[in-house]
Amino acid sequence: MGNGSNYNLDFEKPLQELEKRIEEIKTFAEEKRIDMSEEITRIEAKAVTLKKEIYNNLTPWQKIQIARHPKRPTLLEYIDLIFDGFIELHGDRLFKDDPALVGGLAYFNEIPVTILGHQKGRDTKENIYRNFGMPHPEGYRKAIRLMKQAEKFKRPVISFVDVAGAYPGKEAEERGQGEAVARSIMEMAKLRVPIIVVITGEGGSGGALAIGVGDRVLMLEYAYYSVISPEGCASILWKNASDASKAAETLRLTARDLLDFGVIEEVIPEPLGGAHRDLEATAKAIKEAIQNSFAKLLKLNTEELLRMRYKKFREVGRYIEE
Amino acid sequence: MLDYDEVTFDLEYSIKEGGDDWLLKDLFRSKPKYVTIRHHQDATKMEQPEKTKKELPDGLWAKCDECNQIIYHKDLEKNLKVCPKCGFHFRISAWERIKFLVDTDSFKELFPNVCSSDPLNFPEYKEKIAKSRETTGLKEGVLTGTAKIEGIYLALGVMDFGFIGGSMGSAVGEKLVRLFEYATEHEIPVVTFATAGGARMQEGILSLMQMAATCQALNRLAEKSIIYISILTDPTTGGVFASFASQGDIIIAEPGALIGFAGARVIQQTTRQTLPPGFQRSEFLLERGIIDMIVNRKEIRSTLARLLRFHQRRNRVV
Ligand SMILES: [Zn+2]
Repeated sequence: MGNGSNYNLDFEKPLQELEKRIEEIKTFAEEKRIDMSEEITRIEAKAVTLKKEIYNNLTPWQKIQIARHPKRPTLLEYIDLIFDGFIELHGDRLFKDDPALVGGLAYFNEIPVTILGHQKGRDTKENIYRNFGMPHPEGYRKAIRLMKQAEKFKRPVISFVDVAGAYPGKEAEERGQGEAVARSIMEMAKLRVPIIVVITGEGGSGGALAIGVGDRVLMLEYAYYSVISPEGCASILWKNASDASKAAETLRLTARDLLDFGVIEEVIPEPLGGAHRDLEATAKAIKEAIQNSFAKLLKLNTEELLRMRYKKFREVGRYIEE
Repeated sequence: MLDYDEVTFDLEYSIKEGGDDWLLKDLFRSKPKYVTIRHHQDATKMEQPEKTKKELPDGLWAKCDECNQIIYHKDLEKNLKVCPKCGFHFRISAWERIKFLVDTDSFKELFPNVCSSDPLNFPEYKEKIAKSRETTGLKEGVLTGTAKIEGIYLALGVMDFGFIGGSMGSAVGEKLVRLFEYATEHEIPVVTFATAGGARMQEGILSLMQMAATCQALNRLAEKSIIYISILTDPTTGGVFASFASQGDIIIAEPGALIGFAGARVIQQTTRQTLPPGFQRSEFLLERGIIDMIVNRKEIRSTLARLLRFHQRRNRVV
């Protein structure tokens, strides 16, 4: 059974009903001490087929629901499974420590690296502490500090993106949210060490791009990355936020779309039913993808690396000359 | 000439950045600032020579929305579209900006042919572009080129809010990147005038990527120790503020301009905070240390000249 049972994905309803029936039959069989294993196996097989059918035909909006699933693994869970010896570092040295953006040191297959990423909470209490993973300027300034530290000590940066957006708040504005986002983009663009970006959940506009400039940008299958939330887009286009599903199609924000546009380099497949159903398998897939990226990037010298990074963001736009 | 009524009507959509929605309605505060009053008795005078017609909106009088002063257009024009009574800065088009700013006939346009495509096949985008072209007379939301200010040669980028809310899509990003690269190659200073709701929604992720494209091009300019001065005008918000516009070596704002990352409406909806009067205005940003100075439109030309002269290479001792 999935562990996000209190967050219902509408499209999973038939599957959930089937799974519920399996449980009922199991309980019934146990209580009555009847052997119903044949029946159970049959329905279980049906459930697997149904699950595959559902997950092979997800709409962009359904993918977004998976990306926003409250049980979707967060950075700290991935760190435990992908890296060794993580040491968290805190603070921007200017104002305060922002728990919505986590950073630190770790080994990736014995290579020392700097890790950065948005950190959502795993329950309400944690989410309040983490501000739902939406950084203030100090979060991005911590990221900048740690990136520059990585450059100083010549170690790669691995950045994890999962954010609805940079926090829209009074204090965030007062402390220069726009400047912090822009500065982080500037620093990442010129950082003289390899940068691998992994978009694991939500890629919410500027708040995502702020730590999303890299030599290789990898993206989980059901993650999304967009200039605007589908709800925001829908309320503009059709004056109705409930048309978000239509807007999600229009915006071309899925991992597949972004691969086609050349915005990302690789789609990391998720386990059947989404990352929240199998954290370990997801972490393993991410780890392999990072490893492959390393193999490509570590062959390049710094100048080649920077030239390619520049070229990539330079050429991604689509315009015409008339 | 820009018809702000038209623009407001046409652009009732928000441009969103960083999970934040900018309603252009908000950007227009309560009402469009530029109200033209038709003077029926002067109907014959409406048949003005082609040139004047382009520069002036229909009607001979404008009303300042800040102090309600009725101003004769010619006086307003003479005053660089700043209210003579209260100092309110009207929004101006890119061409007006250039006319007010640079040495006569010194502007040479660069990259005029870079235009938006419709990579997402986005609903009504083509129509919006066509309409913006008609109302602004521009092909895209930014004019790029070289010019002289008090004889000092520079690369100049000027955005126009009338073109889909000044939003930055692939073409606007490309023109700015080319401008920054041109300045890097020719080692000339760069000045940009920003006015934008943010990244252009209609090009989705490709608009977002222009934030990175413009920023990284500025890095190359910086490597050559070339000055970049960013001027923020009303309004400069979202992904434009959160990229090249906030990264000037020197950042200047016009008085009273709305400048920020997230829209006030979104902040209020998300946080239920009450926002103080003057929130996200130039004066607020100066106090918070986000910009270097506030300069009246009339003094921008001389201020730029002083700053550019100060940064001329021959003045360097190291
Ligand atoms: Zn006035």
